[in-house]
Amino acid sequence: MKLNKTVLALAISAVILSGCSDDELDTSLTDGTQNAASGINDASTSGFNNGSGLSGSEMSGSGMYPNAGIGPEFSDPSNPLSKSTIYFMLDSSQIQDDFVPVIAAHARYLMAHPDQHVVMEGHGDERGSREYNIALGEQRAKSVASMMKVQGVADDQLNVVSYGEEKPASFEHDEASWELNRRVELVYQGK
Amino acid sequence: MSFFRKILLMCLVGFYVPNSYAELTIEITEGIESALPISIVPFAMQGASGVPVDVSFIVDSDLGRSGYFKTLDKQSMPGRPSTAEAVQFKDWQAIGQNYLVIGRVTEDHGQYSVQFQLFDVYKGGQLMGYRMTSSAANLRRTAHQISDLIFEKLTGKKGVFSGRIAYITSSRQGKQSNHKLQISDADGFNAQTIASSVEPLMSPAWSPDGKKIAYVSFEKKSAAIYIQTLATGDRARIAEFPGINGAPSWSPDGTKLALTLSKDGSPDIYTLNLLTRSLTKLTKSFAIDTEPTWSPDGSSIVFTSDRGGKPQLYIMSSQGEDQKRLTFSGNYNANASFSPDGRSIAMVHGNGSDYRIAVMDMATKSVNVITDGRSDESPSFAPNGSMILYASRKGNAGYLSAISLDGKMQQKLVFDSNDVREPAWAP
Repeated sequence: MKLNKTVLALAISAVILSGCSDDELDTSLTDGTQNAASGINDASTSGFNNGSGLSGSEMSGSGMYPNAGIGPEFSDPSNPLSKSTIYFMLDSSQIQDDFVPVIAAHARYLMAHPDQHVVMEGHGDERGSREYNIALGEQRAKSVASMMKVQGVADDQLNVVSYGEEKPASFEHDEASWELNRRVELVYQGK
Repeated sequence: MSFFRKILLMCLVGFYVPNSYAELTIEITEGIESALPISIVPFAMQGASGVPVDVSFIVDSDLGRSGYFKTLDKQSMPGRPSTAEAVQFKDWQAIGQNYLVIGRVTEDHGQYSVQFQLFDVYKGGQLMGYRMTSSAANLRRTAHQISDLIFEKLTGKKGVFSGRIAYITSSRQGKQSNHKLQISDADGFNAQTIASSVEPLMSPAWSPDGKKIAYVSFEKKSAAIYIQTLATGDRARIAEFPGINGAPSWSPDGTKLALTLSKDGSPDIYTLNLLTRSLTKLTKSFAIDTEPTWSPDGSSIVFTSDRGGKPQLYIMSSQGEDQKRLTFSGNYNANASFSPDGRSIAMVHGNGSDYRIAVMDMATKSVNVITDGRSDESPSFAPNGSMILYASRKGNAGYLSAISLDGKMQQKLVFDSNDVREPAWAP
C-alpha cells in the first residue's frame, strides 16, 4: 500500500497542454498576399486537471514486484501472486497454460479480499497498426478478466484498460522484446 | 529544472528562434530520372536590416525534394540576374536548363516584399510572376507558397509544400515518458507542440477544414477522444466511454466523427454526430472492428476487422449497410486511408514478418506494395494525392517518410531524436 501511494504521489506531475506558438497556421493563399493574423496562436498553456504519470505497472520492467505494497505474499517468489504479468502469443488473446495457476491465485486472493481492486492493463507488441493493437490489448485484458470472473471474482473488483503498443515494457525492436510486450499486467489499486 | 520551467523554455524557443528550430533533416532516397532541370537564382536582398530567411534556398529545397525537379547548384550558374532585363537566356540554354526562377526580397520597416518570376528558358518568356508581402515570421511560408505556385504551373498538380503535417513523438527519461502531438510545415520545420502528456497520445485526425484535430489521449489513465481547435488551443472531450475510445475519423463534411468504442463488449465502429452528440452503431460483430475511414464522397467507410480470423479491410455504407470484405491478399491488412480522389486506398500490409505500405486500386482491387521496410505504418495521403506519408523504423530510429503512389519517389524526414510516428497530412 505504501509503495502504491508513493508512486502515485511521485506521479502527480502535471500534464500540460501547451501550445507555445507565436507562429501562424494560415492555410490560405490570397492574391499573393499574406495575412499574419491567424493560426495556431499563442494557445493554451493550460494544465490538465488530472495528474497522472508513472503507473505501478511500469515498475515491473525493472524486475520488482509491482504489487508488493499490497501484502507480503506479492513479493514472495514462491507465491504465484508474485507474478503479475501474463504473456501472450502473436496476434492472440488466448491464455497459455503456464499462466492459468497465476490467474487462479489472483482470483482466490481477490475473492478473499473483496475490498481490493485490480486493473488489467492490456498491451501488444509494436508490429502492425496501432489502433488494431489497442483492440488486441483489450481482448487480452478481457480474457484474463473473464477467467477471474468464472472463478467467482466480483465484476466491480476488475477493471480493464488497453494501451496497445503505446507503453512497451521492453524498448528494443526484436523478437525478445516483442514477447515481453505482448502482455497483461495486473495492477492492484490498494485499499 | 521544474516541469513548468521546461514548458516556459519551450515557449521561449518557440518565440525567439522559430525559423532555425529545425528538428528534421530530409534525405531523398529515390528520385525519378525525368526530373526537370530548373535554376533557382539566389534572390537579391534589398533593405536595411537583412532578411531572416533565405527564401530562394527554401524554394530550391522544396522543388528538389519533390523529385519532379533537378535544381542547379549556385556555383554552376552563369549569372545571378534579379531582373528580367538582366537574364541572358542563351547562357541558361547552353547548360541545359529548362526553367529559370529569379526574384528579389525587399525589407521595409519589418515587412517584406517578395517578387519572383518564372521563365521558360527555351521560349525566352515569362511563365509566371508574383509579388507577395509577408512578415518576418511568415517568410518561410511565403517561400513554400512560391514553391507551390511553380510546382503547379510546371506539373499541373497542386503543390503541397505550404501544407502542414501532424504527428506524435515520444521520448523517455528514466521511467518517465513524454508524448507530444506536434504540427510542423510539410518539410518538418516550425514544429509546434499542441498537446503533451506523460500518458500516451494517439491517432491525430485533421478536420476537413484543417482547423481542428481529433486525437486520443490516455491522460486520465483510460482512453478518451478530444477535439482541439488549433487557433485557440481550446479542446473538448467528446468520447469517454468505458473501454476503448479510439480511431477518430472525420466525415468529409465535418459534421460527424467515425470512431471505435468497446462499451458494449467487442470494439465496434460508431458515428458520432458532432452537433447533436448522438451515437449510431455501425458494426455489431463479436470480432474486432476498428480504424474507420470515410471515402471522400462520404458514402462509405472502410475499416479493419478480424471477423474472418485475421485483420482485413472491409467496406460498408456510411450507415453501416452492405458490409463486405475488401482485401484478400496477405494475412494482415489494416489502417486504411483513402486517396483524396477516392480511387485508391493505402493500407498497412503484413506478410507474416514485415509490415509495409500497400495501395489498392478501388476499381480493379489490385494491391501494390510500395515500401520495403520491416515496420511501416500509418499511411496518410498528401492533399494533392501525389504522395503518401508514413511512419517507418530502422534500428531504434523511428522516422517519417513520404513516397509517391508508384513507389518511385521517396523522401525521408528524419528527426534528431525521439520516436516519431502517426503522421497525418493536413487537408
